[in-house]
Amino acid sequence: MLLRTVSFCFAILFSTQSAIAETGKVTTFELENGLQAVVIEDHRAPVVTNMVWYRVGSADEPAGYTGVAHFLEHLLFKGTKTLKPGEFSKTVKENGGVDNAFTSYDYTGYFQRVAADRLPLMMQLEADRMRNLVLSEEDVITERNVVIEERRTRVDSDPNSQFQEQRRAMMFMNHPYRNPVIGWQHEIEALNREAALDFYKTYYAPNNAILVIAGDVYPDEVKALAEKHFGPLEPSDNIPPRVRPKEPPHLSPVTLTFSDPRQTQPYMIRSYQAPKRQSGNQKEAAALLMFAQLLGGSGLSSVMGQKLQLDQQIAVSTSAWYDSVSYDPETFGLYAMPRPGVDMDDLVDAVDQVLADFLEEGVDADHLARLKVQIAAEDIYELDDQSSVARTYGIALTAGLTVEDVQTWSQVLQEVTEEDIMQVARKVLNPKQSVTGLMLPPQAEGSQ
Amino acid sequence: MIRLFIVLWVTVVAALPLSAQIKIEQVTSEGGIKAWLVNEPAIPFIAMQIAFKGGTALDAEGKTGATNLMVGLLEEGTSDMDATAFRRASEGLAANFGFSAQRDSVRISAQVLKSNADEALALLRKAIMDPAFNDVAFSRVKAQVVSGLESDLKDPQSIAGQTLNEIAFAGHPYALPSDGTLETVAALTRDDMFAAHKAVLTKDHLVVSVVGDVRAEELGPMLDQLLGDLPEQGAELPPQVTFGASGGTTVVDFPSPQSVAIWAQPTEVDLDHPDFMPLFVMNHILGGGGFGSRLTDEVREKRGLTYGIYTYIAWLGATEYMGGSVASANGTIGEAISVVADEWKRMAEGGVTAAELDKAKKYMTGSYALRFDGNAKIARVMSGMQLDGFVPEYINTRNDRLNAVTLEDIARVAKTHLQPDGLRFVVVGQPEGVTSTE
Repeated sequence: MLLRTVSFCFAILFSTQSAIAETGKVTTFELENGLQAVVIEDHRAPVVTNMVWYRVGSADEPAGYTGVAHFLEHLLFKGTKTLKPGEFSKTVKENGGVDNAFTSYDYTGYFQRVAADRLPLMMQLEADRMRNLVLSEEDVITERNVVIEERRTRVDSDPNSQFQEQRRAMMFMNHPYRNPVIGWQHEIEALNREAALDFYKTYYAPNNAILVIAGDVYPDEVKALAEKHFGPLEPSDNIPPRVRPKEPPHLSPVTLTFSDPRQTQPYMIRSYQAPKRQSGNQKEAAALLMFAQLLGGSGLSSVMGQKLQLDQQIAVSTSAWYDSVSYDPETFGLYAMPRPGVDMDDLVDAVDQVLADFLEEGVDADHLARLKVQIAAEDIYELDDQSSVARTYGIALTAGLTVEDVQTWSQVLQEVTEEDIMQVARKVLNPKQSVTGLMLPPQAEGSQ
Repeated sequence: MIRLFIVLWVTVVAALPLSAQIKIEQVTSEGGIKAWLVNEPAIPFIAMQIAFKGGTALDAEGKTGATNLMVGLLEEGTSDMDATAFRRASEGLAANFGFSAQRDSVRISAQVLKSNADEALALLRKAIMDPAFNDVAFSRVKAQVVSGLESDLKDPQSIAGQTLNEIAFAGHPYALPSDGTLETVAALTRDDMFAAHKAVLTKDHLVVSVVGDVRAEELGPMLDQLLGDLPEQGAELPPQVTFGASGGTTVVDFPSPQSVAIWAQPTEVDLDHPDFMPLFVMNHILGGGGFGSRLTDEVREKRGLTYGIYTYIAWLGATEYMGGSVASANGTIGEAISVVADEWKRMAEGGVTAAELDKAKKYMTGSYALRFDGNAKIARVMSGMQLDGFVPEYINTRNDRLNAVTLEDIARVAKTHLQPDGLRFVVVGQPEGVTSTE
């Protein structure tokens, strides 16, 4: 019954591909100064998303300067040689646009969403701040206080975030992924105008940037606009090779406990070292993603949900995940929150048993088939959100993947076999390469 | 055969700089189910928003949290499928369903492929019409809700909101936490689930919005299949209530390096009030608009006291009030609060400048169409409009009405409706130099 539904679904999905081609068509080009561009067409509404992505993130920061990539992102909204501080966002707003920016380990991105006919102005603004930033000492100090408040809001006010910082620092012993994107408090406090500008001059240049434009635009007009606004910009000649310190072998499983009076809910969260998607060879990562989905990608109907929430009723929620896209290898993770009264050791044992059983029992073929139906449908659903498609490309390209990698990903996922999944599961579930975090209820600490 | 009553609004969002065409069809099925439809065939799927007015405010007395728990159980099994079977069926169809309960509405979202829409909606029908609320699922989901409630009790933002609601809406359902309390949720039974289901998910509360690859004549029968068997009438919507907190400050001690402050005052301006649009624009300039608003300029950009500050006008089903929120270190929250009070006063006394008004109009009119660039987004906007009692034409006239707001309008509504001395602040943290006034 279920399998019949599956095949029916596929037949229809493939027959509609010509209709899809009009929404979501992707074109790429590159300027002489090294600027790469991706255009994603969506002509349903006269709206465009304009994004500039830089191949630089917190993992590219010099030692002792954690937080400078994110701090600089804030400062890009200050002035340029021709714009006063704050005028950037003001101009975007006066044109009915919204804008924002984000920083992660491997990328820094800036975007505006605006009426399609305002794209030229948005590109002009982004091109201007790519090379012409001007910072006053006063603006830098005020903004540093804002970032410190941001850290208080995001991290210090949230025991879960504090715990995550501690766990990542154990998960990566040598690679800069061990440092929080926002930076360590004492290093943020020491950031200054010079550090920000050094970072800016090195990394903010057309040969380190990717333009991603999605919406009611055509590739030819975007290319002409890119030539006009970004074409004259000088490339940077001192972008260092993107080689971060590598992880040494991890030889010992690590368990961390954490508790805080503000956190009443205990849980366990574990991560394992995991490979990343390799350009041109995404097969292993695809199998790992499918493994994560099977294990805990959809709550109750996943393996962990079935066994821990339904059968044993030992957990109230469970999940597993794998973020396949990163410049250097990242992690595979799983999570379980115990039912009230369940001992944490028992929960951890039960999780370990689920993993051991999975390695023994293998993949449920129906489950894998259902996953593949959803993955095929996702190709359709994701087209509904132009900004999200644009983000997918930006994240992939700044992690060293290509447009082709992005476009073949769904097919690579469809081709994953049960054997592929078992092979990668056996490889990744290595206790020595794991960090298990136990968030304990507050009274546990008092009794220690 | 199919009695279709279609009013076609060719709505042009024509204000500068963006023009978008949204064609909203008002469809009434043979069985009398009404929906707003935008036919958008570019992508072969359908986005649907099914909402029921009332939401958690319809909880029966002593049953606080019943609606929230009931809605959480809708995807946990039907009379002929357990939770696992239901999930597997929806996964096999690649249909995505979302169920949520808010203070004023219950919302069900669906994303289904054109290719198997009938099967997917037949499945959704079971969830809506025929939930089993069986014991296993009931105790499991209850445990999840309890865990969420325990987290809320340690979350400064939740503590602040609940404290303010208790002061402002004593005696009204709005004073009670939407998801219930540890005590009320513990006491809920399966029978309470059936009672809440009957009280909330009814035709008199229903609004439907649909966007995607479906035509009006196809939608009618779909709606009858999906929703035609809902009971006609549910519980009465809660009575109107006035925001009853007086001016002052309430401090809730909470160990954290940063304090959260929220504030609010009553207003009589509802969505039909002639001052609605000027007040809406004024709020944008005061603190609703993020960067470029007065409060973000003063508190974040000039003083670096916060990462985020904003104001809003809450238009709920049974009340209206104006408020805002900011977080700052315990040592600086007092300064942030006094800037808020000063800005409230400055606005009440002097209104806004021509430059501020011009800037606000350009942004608010120009960015309106950004809400309409996806099927799911349009369905959400239309659902919100219907819950708030707007007509489809509003999309067409909204920017003209906004552009008609004058400096004098804003000065008048700021003076009439802002109450600098009527602001009630609730501060959660260990603020320095801020104490409760009563």
